[in-house]
Amino acid sequence: MSFAWAKPYEPKSAFGRWIDARLPLPRLVYGAVGGGYPVPRNLNYWWNFGVLAGVFLTIQIVTGIVLAMWYYSSVDGAFNSVEHIMRDVNAGWALRYIHMNGASFFFIVTYIHIFRGIYYGSYKAPRELVWMLGLVIYLLMMATAFMGYVLPWGQMSYWGAQVITGFFSAFPLVGEPLRIWLLGGYAPDQATLTRFFSLHYLLPFVIAGVVILHIWALHIPGSSNPTGVDIKEERDTLPFHPFYTAKDGWFGAAVLLVFALFTYFAPNFLGHPDNYIPANPLATPAEIVPEWYFWPFYAILRAFTVDFILPAKLWGVLAMFASILLLFFLPWLDNSAVRSGSYRPLFKRFFWILVVNLILLGWAGGRAATPVVIAVSQLATAYYFAHFLIILPLISKFERPLPLPDSISTSALHGERSETAPAGITRPSATTATPAE
Amino acid sequence: MLRFILGLVGLGFVGVLLISFFVTTADYFSNPPEPTAEEEFHHHAKELHLASDGPFGQFDEKQLQRGFQVYKEVCAACHGLSLVAFRDLEALGYNEAEVKAIADQWAIQVPTTNEETGETATRKALPADRFPSPYPNEIAARAANNNAFPPDLSLITKARHGGAAYIYSLLTGYEKQQSAELVRKFPAAKTPQGLYYNPYFPNLNLAMPPPITTNGQVTYAPGNPPPTVDQIAKDVTAFLVWTAEPKLENRHRAGLAVAIFLLIATIIAYLAYRNIWATHKAKVRVTGPLEPQNIAKSQIAKDQEGVAG
Amino acid sequence: MATQASAEGTDRAAGTEVRRRDFLNVAAVSFAGIGVVAVTIPLISQMNPPADVLALAEVEVDISKIQTGQAIKTVWRKQPVFIRNLTPQEIQAANAVPLGELRDPETLAGRTKPGKANWLITLGVCTHLGCVPLGVGEGENRGPFGGYFCPCHGSAYDTAARIRTGPAPTNLVVPEYEFVSDTLVRIGAGGTA
Repeated sequence: MSFAWAKPYEPKSAFGRWIDARLPLPRLVYGAVGGGYPVPRNLNYWWNFGVLAGVFLTIQIVTGIVLAMWYYSSVDGAFNSVEHIMRDVNAGWALRYIHMNGASFFFIVTYIHIFRGIYYGSYKAPRELVWMLGLVIYLLMMATAFMGYVLPWGQMSYWGAQVITGFFSAFPLVGEPLRIWLLGGYAPDQATLTRFFSLHYLLPFVIAGVVILHIWALHIPGSSNPTGVDIKEERDTLPFHPFYTAKDGWFGAAVLLVFALFTYFAPNFLGHPDNYIPANPLATPAEIVPEWYFWPFYAILRAFTVDFILPAKLWGVLAMFASILLLFFLPWLDNSAVRSGSYRPLFKRFFWILVVNLILLGWAGGRAATPVVIAVSQLATAYYFAHFLIILPLISKFERPLPLPDSISTSALHGERSETAPAGITRPSATTATPAE
Repeated sequence: MLRFILGLVGLGFVGVLLISFFVTTADYFSNPPEPTAEEEFHHHAKELHLASDGPFGQFDEKQLQRGFQVYKEVCAACHGLSLVAFRDLEALGYNEAEVKAIADQWAIQVPTTNEETGETATRKALPADRFPSPYPNEIAARAANNNAFPPDLSLITKARHGGAAYIYSLLTGYEKQQSAELVRKFPAAKTPQGLYYNPYFPNLNLAMPPPITTNGQVTYAPGNPPPTVDQIAKDVTAFLVWTAEPKLENRHRAGLAVAIFLLIATIIAYLAYRNIWATHKAKVRVTGPLEPQNIAKSQIAKDQEGVAG
Repeated sequence: MATQASAEGTDRAAGTEVRRRDFLNVAAVSFAGIGVVAVTIPLISQMNPPADVLALAEVEVDISKIQTGQAIKTVWRKQPVFIRNLTPQEIQAANAVPLGELRDPETLAGRTKPGKANWLITLGVCTHLGCVPLGVGEGENRGPFGGYFCPCHGSAYDTAARIRTGPAPTNLVVPEYEFVSDTLVRIGAGGTA
């Protein structure tokens, strides 16, 4: 969009010109994901996951709309209506399993997308708003996923709703009225289920709207890249179409293959058996665990066991909210001028410690709260906060980054300027030319 | 300033967590958790292989029929199957007339309303009906079962950790008596009156009396394997896998088709991607020269050149 | 592909390359297209009636309590069904109408079962726009032809439930049914209506 060499949209037909003069939607698409959007030529596969997140959002919206044609949001009918979908509705079992596993895969690709952003410093100037809009999407996703999990009205649905709305009661004075307001009663019931269904249907469209803002904000500076060096000239880039559409296309098909293997051959692997038991407000399951994508946060919540000035419950809830909110400050917590973790030896080490730490938190959050699990989650939570709020600012102050390449092209071409052809001009290449005979 | 404040917040959280950690560990060592009877005597589910296992698994119709017979003769008196309809039994290989006869002769009738008086009544089941529950409600079920509630079996193999293997283990895992060691170490876990000891049950003591006790308890039609306790348990488990996931065969077939389609699509899309990138990618490799250590090397080389020149 | 390329002559190498690339791109895009179309099939077919609704396609009705001249409303596929026990006068009136006068010519005998000409079983759905006609209940307006009368737009049916005046295009539909015994009728038996 903001590159001088970006190819302007030129309608090929008279009809194309007619439309372009009246509603330049094709021009918009061309500039956003077509030949008119120059993208750094050196993106690696970690850059494919943003598009994949869009794919899974679409899958969730489409399957969700058809499931809503059969689902009843009533405490007496919800569980049976889901089983009716599974048993009697044409292809209902497939739609429901796709929706169920689609939620997990949406989170998988989003987590990879977030970690790519953290490693390559994609949150740094001038992309701070891209990062913050992404976090808004993530928060909306968490709310949507949580409310969606309540809808089947199984045991985990019910007790998940009970426990998660219980967070709010930790706040002094306003907490209990807030919880009752959220539930529309003293415990999860009909009012809760109906409002969760309403919001679960609404929020994905809000997410789609914020996704558009996220992409818009991204297209002003353009995509970052593995070197973190700014685009300087035309040969640093390739047009999005056909190069990155082709790359996203094959990689997307490969990820969908993995998704299909889960959906069709292990559809309940990522779920919990207790959600196949209808909700019973009088009996709590032996262990309440959220879906796997919330495990790290559940571990943070449970890590606080001591009433130190504030009650432990309030500490846990504050820490859980803070663990996400602090990410909004990430562009200012890490103010190293170098973006890419590849050129930051110290940052890189701590990045991988963070990854291991989060896996540890996830492990702890998915298990029954034995003393060992709690101790692990206490140390891991401490590292989480230390990493972002203490270590990262210190690294960016004291680290000596490796020398950066002058530009994407010089780094990629090893300084051999004579061998390069400007992007956009096709040259026969030794590796791919077909022999004549 | 912002970073200073956030740093203090971070220190606050870390401090509280470290205090919590020391309290937790100190508590653990000063007051180590006592082992429980469940930890020591609970058994993991036995191995079970069914025809429906694995990505290509399909149901064994004959086994499902036997399993249905076991359900009908052994389980149905106490356990409902409320999500399954008689018409669904056609998937087990029964024809329309047989399904109709099964529904018609089902021991429990379907609640209905008398068309003339408006009073509650019962009628014979029809193929379109779901299996009627053995009890009108939970209170009646508990009253009839020593205050235990026999769960509905429609989804049981999906609603328990361990799935089908757990159900099979539970059915065959009753033990006459607790071991002397258990009673000595955990007097509180001694099987109370009216419960039954089963090490595969998470609580060890279970309200359901052993349902399958003797070989030949169910008489199978000729041409079927002998009805040993083990065989009966396996058959009814296979049947309950079907009731929980009646579309399993469709799922496996559709999954195979989808996987093959996506595999071919991935390969073709990959080749197309290679083709499109072929010319432009000639000298652009993200790895290799881009690697920081290589850049560092070339920087050193450049510096040395500068010195030499 | 190779043979085609050698037949081309001069610009062979470039030609092959271009065509192979085109082929792969076309194949990849086609696969994407096939995938999208295949996915829409379940998304559309899910809107068809589910198995439990299809299973209710037959109902059995006890007609022993319907006196001559009376009618009842029952339900089949969530639609009203009229079962009328015609009086000899009504049968006579229906048979007296010349077929040429009818908008949708059918005889009463063609609309009932042999030997059961007094049992007129029709859907209670006006063929105009789907209202439920009057005439089953005691004292309801049976219209100028003594059969059924649709209050929505004034369609009048005669004693064989054939359309006589008003906007409806065809007679009230006779569903598939069979007599299980003299007093028991099974509606919906024998396939689709």
